[in-house]
Amino acid sequence: MQEKSIKETVIKTGKSLWNLLPMTIGTILLVSLGVNIIPKSFYISLFENHSIFSALIGSLVGSISAGTPITSYIIGGELLEKGISLMAVTAFIVSWVTVGIIQFPIEAKALGKRFTFLRNLSSFVFSIIIAFIIVLILEAIK
Amino acid sequence: MKKQKSNSWIFLSIVILIYILIFVSKRELFSSSINFFIKVILDIIPVFIFVFILMTFTNYYITPKFVEKHFKERGIKKWFFAIIGGILSTGPIYLWYPFLSELKKKGLNYGIISCFLYNRAIMIPLLPIAIFYFGVEYVLTLSIVMIFMSVIQGKLINRIIKND
Repeated sequence: MQEKSIKETVIKTGKSLWNLLPMTIGTILLVSLGVNIIPKSFYISLFENHSIFSALIGSLVGSISAGTPITSYIIGGELLEKGISLMAVTAFIVSWVTVGIIQFPIEAKALGKRFTFLRNLSSFVFSIIIAFIIVLILEAIK
Repeated sequence: MKKQKSNSWIFLSIVILIYILIFVSKRELFSSSINFFIKVILDIIPVFIFVFILMTFTNYYITPKFVEKHFKERGIKKWFFAIIGGILSTGPIYLWYPFLSELKKKGLNYGIISCFLYNRAIMIPLLPIAIFYFGVEYVLTLSIVMIFMSVIQGKLINRIIKND
């Protein structure tokens, strides 16, 4: 069997990346906008007075947020300082880093809509489950 | 395929249109967003080059037979590979999609891909910052639970989606 040449492989890889370029640029532009539109104070005000559903709210807010994990740590730290429950903060942080609503189009294009939907949905549900587990474990340790 | 390509360009055009509207109405927001965008682009260029090299390597050396041999075998080996790969991978998540898409075409199952993506949330270089805010005990517990859940998610996705 004739093996592919390096040149052919490089061209093929280049084409694959080029096809994803408009979606990648668009996604980064959207993320940049999201980071600047949603202020940190918004998150803090949203969690107040929602003790029962705080984990769910934490997951929801984390899912639609964009930015580096560092931002979620800083906001999470601020939320804890404000007296927001560890469960809510954990759900918020975990969904922030595992659910990608803004990246959905580009992920769906590369890996398929069904997989992307399932992955994001399960990541959302798992962020709440993980929050419960973490609180249980930490309470048991103490 | 052509339709997908044109959809991508339509998506980018819409986002650019939003930016034009913001430029007209909220100049400050436009500037800060563009500055953030440029910063991200500059940050990801080295990662993009790394991804390109990795994809070329994958395209050249990793044939479906190779994948079948190393990733399709039963046992914890393939899950271990996905976990370590996810944790050690760097750069924005969307830069890894083409690479994973290539691996998918070569026979990698969706469960392993989701496990890889989930473990990307555990970023070793950022752990000191997380520890600073939440403590060692919390960060270690969270990381271990997330690794465990990534495998459960992968298994779940494999059950729901029957791989081609």
